[in-house]
Amino acid sequence: MKPFAYQRPDSVAEAVRMNAERPDARFLGGGTNLVDLMKLGVESPGLLIDVSGLPLDQVTATDEGGLRIGATVRNSDLAAHRAVRDRYPVLSQALLAGASGQLRNAATTGGNLLQRTRCPYFQDTSKPCNKRTPGTGCPAREGVHRDLAVLGHSEDCVATHPSDMAVALAALDATVHLHGPEGERAVPVTELHRLPGDDPGRDTVLRPGELITEVVLPPAPGGSASLYRKARDRASYAFALASVAAVLTVRDGRVQQASLAFGGLAHRPWRARAAEDVLRGAPATEETFARAADAELAAARPLRDNGFKVTLARRLTVGALKELTARAG
Amino acid sequence: MDTTPAKDERDAGRLTPADDRSTFTLHINGTAQTLTLDHRTTVLDALREHLGLTGAKKGCDHGQCGACTVLVDGRRANSCLLLAVAQQGSRITTVEGLAEGDRLHPLQEAFLERDALQCGYCTPGQICSAVGMIAESADGFPSHATPQEALADDGPVALGPDEIRERMSGNLCRCGAYPRIVEAIEDVAP
Amino acid sequence: MSHAPQPLGAPVVRREGREKVTGTARYAAEHNAPDRLYGWIVPATVTSGRVTAIRTADALAVPDVHTVLTHENAPSLGETDDPILAVLQNARIPHRGWPVALVVAETLEAARAGAEALHVDYETADHDVVLTADHPRLYTPEEANGGFPAVRERGDAEAALAAAPVTIDATYTMGGLHNHPMEPHASTARWTEGHLTVHDSSQGSTTVRDTLSKAFGLDGSQITVLSRHVGGGFGSKGTPRPQVVLAAMASRHTGRPVQVVVHRRHMAALVGHRAPTVQRVRLGADRNGVLRAVSHEVATHTSRVKEFVEQAAVPARVMYASPHSRTAHRVAALDVPSPSWMRAPGEASGMYALESAMDELACALGVDPVELRLRNEPSAEPDSGRPFSSRNLAACLTEGARRFGWHGRDPQPAAREEGPWLLGTGVASATYPVLLSPSAASAHAAQDGSYTVRVNATDIGTGARTVLAQIAAAALGTAQENVTIDIGSSDLPAGSVAGGSSGTASWGTAVHKAATALVRRLGEGGTVPPEGITVTADTEEEAAEESPYARHAFGAHFAEVAVDSLTGEVRVRRLLGVYAAGRILNSRTARSQFIGGMVMGLGMALTEGSTMDPAFGDFTESDLASYHVPSCADVLDIQAHWIDEDDPHLNPMGSKGIGEIGIVGTAAAIGNAVRHATGARLRELPLTPDKLLPYLP
Repeated sequence: MKPFAYQRPDSVAEAVRMNAERPDARFLGGGTNLVDLMKLGVESPGLLIDVSGLPLDQVTATDEGGLRIGATVRNSDLAAHRAVRDRYPVLSQALLAGASGQLRNAATTGGNLLQRTRCPYFQDTSKPCNKRTPGTGCPAREGVHRDLAVLGHSEDCVATHPSDMAVALAALDATVHLHGPEGERAVPVTELHRLPGDDPGRDTVLRPGELITEVVLPPAPGGSASLYRKARDRASYAFALASVAAVLTVRDGRVQQASLAFGGLAHRPWRARAAEDVLRGAPATEETFARAADAELAAARPLRDNGFKVTLARRLTVGALKELTARAG
Repeated sequence: MDTTPAKDERDAGRLTPADDRSTFTLHINGTAQTLTLDHRTTVLDALREHLGLTGAKKGCDHGQCGACTVLVDGRRANSCLLLAVAQQGSRITTVEGLAEGDRLHPLQEAFLERDALQCGYCTPGQICSAVGMIAESADGFPSHATPQEALADDGPVALGPDEIRERMSGNLCRCGAYPRIVEAIEDVAP
Repeated sequence: MSHAPQPLGAPVVRREGREKVTGTARYAAEHNAPDRLYGWIVPATVTSGRVTAIRTADALAVPDVHTVLTHENAPSLGETDDPILAVLQNARIPHRGWPVALVVAETLEAARAGAEALHVDYETADHDVVLTADHPRLYTPEEANGGFPAVRERGDAEAALAAAPVTIDATYTMGGLHNHPMEPHASTARWTEGHLTVHDSSQGSTTVRDTLSKAFGLDGSQITVLSRHVGGGFGSKGTPRPQVVLAAMASRHTGRPVQVVVHRRHMAALVGHRAPTVQRVRLGADRNGVLRAVSHEVATHTSRVKEFVEQAAVPARVMYASPHSRTAHRVAALDVPSPSWMRAPGEASGMYALESAMDELACALGVDPVELRLRNEPSAEPDSGRPFSSRNLAACLTEGARRFGWHGRDPQPAAREEGPWLLGTGVASATYPVLLSPSAASAHAAQDGSYTVRVNATDIGTGARTVLAQIAAAALGTAQENVTIDIGSSDLPAGSVAGGSSGTASWGTAVHKAATALVRRLGEGGTVPPEGITVTADTEEEAAEESPYARHAFGAHFAEVAVDSLTGEVRVRRLLGVYAAGRILNSRTARSQFIGGMVMGLGMALTEGSTMDPAFGDFTESDLASYHVPSCADVLDIQAHWIDEDDPHLNPMGSKGIGEIGIVGTAAAIGNAVRHATGARLRELPLTPDKLLPYLP
């Protein structure tokens, strides 16, 4: 780890200004991933701008009936928030399925979105990795890749995004608000993370110096039920092999509205729109659910050793949708 | 206390190059400690290498084992991932700060009584984590193990074995003392 | 003090417990000295080859970096018994992760930054790192670990298998496993006036002292190695590790105390692993399930540095009666990190295979798996023909079956559902040898009626201090509170390593002998002089004596699993062990050890595995986020019970070892239960969801 300067800005504007002056600056939230990566030598900022004390730590109602989540709201506080538990249980469940109590107490909403892949090659600076050092190659493709991507990967990168929270946000059509040197903008969370393509070094569409200030949830669809289901290698404190976030509205035995996202399968939380197209208006049956999963997973291109993820995602999807339907029942 | 004042004095008396270190105060177990530290120094290393408080353990240094768990403003955290410079003003409690004089904290007593430890290396982290965890549950924070129906309730979450196991899963124990740890916590939890 | 003597076996609270729960117990990296330096190990980043250049200028330019030690400037070491300790001696790279430098700095931060700034150039050679069942480099060694003959044959196993009415022929595969004690390997070394003092996280500091003595050409009296508190080891600290040599080297070089801690990510390569195995087990039986032939053939790997052969076929020489038997090991020396001891080396791997095969045979025959084992109880040790000093496997199986509620079990696989869960139960036997190593101890009587016992035992979490106090107190006829126990220093009478489940027996025999001699001295009359009376004893003779008996602990493990029919995630709902391990000397700490072994066995079954990366020659799961030791949520209802054994052929305490048997057979019991739950016979560990998915409804 190289020495770095440390600053605590008083406002978002100041934070953004500080960052604009130093191309080697990074924003520090809870630090649960950034400090980890600095110790690994993957990140080596010259300046840390500690945004964890900025007044972005509130969860408030929006005029439209949604929720506005400050970027520094800690994962444990967000998961416990009354409105989240009542109206967006999928988000609460996703947060609680991730990491540990200690990590959730520290990790922030903005930081969780921006956490980086746990691909073992990315984390080891002694090995090639196109994401970490562009142009060096991707040894994961032919190497040890059981935990890596089956959807949307490229020749250059097969990394997965590790967040559980982001998968729920993707299914909830959240919007991410950004402040940068060129002003403010909002990006749908489903468009925040990129696919790797031939530029895997960039995880997101964030422009240099942009800071996530808040995440806004639209009102939960009336009559909807939601849940998050994750499969992992040990009972707790493990990343997803595959996960699904599902929001479903069933009326008179038919799917009225469905929103579905996968975790652990791709370089970004994978919003399953092809599956949703199959679901919408169709009878809420196991047969429909399987067809929907297949429609989405037809695009999967598993690597030598991770084909099981396709099966797992399919089963999780059918299971989650059945459970939500039974609840609506 | 086995502190190392020499190093701190040396640092304090030196011209700091550019801006890679700061002088600041940490509040540890009720005592204000003013230190000049490299910005890279984590709370864990500040405790262990600068303050002689070696109760918090370094098992992995990456937030993957929980041996370094301390309480920050009453909430448990992995001190290996907290930069000390970012914790100015926080109140930090380590395992050394739990007992009152010779009187052990009830969780320390329970761990002894239940033999909820073997090598002891994860133990301080387990105990600090349990203190924080019991408070979180009392404050109504849910966990992955909290039943759906209880999520609607704002009150304290009852700490049965399943809740304790899930909530304590951020603290690895390679000796496999988990069953005893759960029993010890059950003895103390409301 | 007026405590009554307590019988051996009493649940005495562990002596150092208070220090551990208050955080005042100091481990090897916690002996702060104001002028201490920090060493950071720089691992090789190629798999095979040599260092062609190390450019240290940038590292030395990092503020607060003091020194960089490499093979170019490090002192020459004398030869030790273990070639993994010959670090910084030459340019050769035998495997990825081999230390190529030690960066020494005033602060931890600077040491790490210095290591990052070091430039090492390599010349690489081709490498070969993946073990296969038919690897061309497999050969039959002279011996397997523990000094066991690599091959043993009785009768004609091939012919008996060919003639047997019922046969099983199955191959079981395990990747590498890692000990990962919670305390990383650490040493703090200091030279003062020609004396080297080291705090080392070791399972046996006498061995560490002797090794340092050879490496640095010192007399043993010039070295003190202290291991007062050790944060687990499970075999990985049973032999000295490179950090102790590097810390001593750097301390001598700099003239200051130096602390070296192996980073968790470097542990996978530097401190040993359970070697991967491919095990073919063939059983031939008559239609009643009486075995005619047992064949257990093991293929495993070792490194280019040393030969270590996981003795996985050895338990098959102990377990079941059969007129024909073949047990054999082959090993391939690959460009991989050196394997070493991990909890129950040999037995843990071997009994996974053998006890899975026994379950397969039970299924093939339609015989209850408990009954099948009972039908094959030998009257003497099958391999040696020696009588057992005691063998209560049958009692463990019977008692376990009763406690577990085994009777009436429907053998039909995949026939029990509870909501989304598929339920099943399984059983497996366990065994672990009784070992005894020479140790010495002294017993001292003070004028005030108190006693002090000194022995270089090591408490790695077993409760050694406590149980040795109990042994001494029983021999002295006093209360254990009256006995001070001094352990954990190589200046004490030499003690053997805390390994092979032999610690308590070995140290305890010496303690008992010294205490008994002291009682005799005191009984000769006269008063205790002001300086007290000290008696010493050693057990060279007892340890050298070959027992006419086959001495082993036995046990039975019963598991109930629930397999998520949607995801293939496996939960062990119940795990119950019953052990016959001689006399249990402290029921409280013994229970903890048994349960701890079972938890590690659960990890071996379900969550743990290290993948050898074919391209890079390292283990992919190099941290605790990816190497999944069981978490609290993985461990549900675990019970350990034991059968009282009165075995006069062991040692004065009548004890067998208990530290390892809990892991033996546990993975097989869980695997057998998974088969019962799902119908899927999986023969490769760990049983992660990817392996179960193809078999789910």
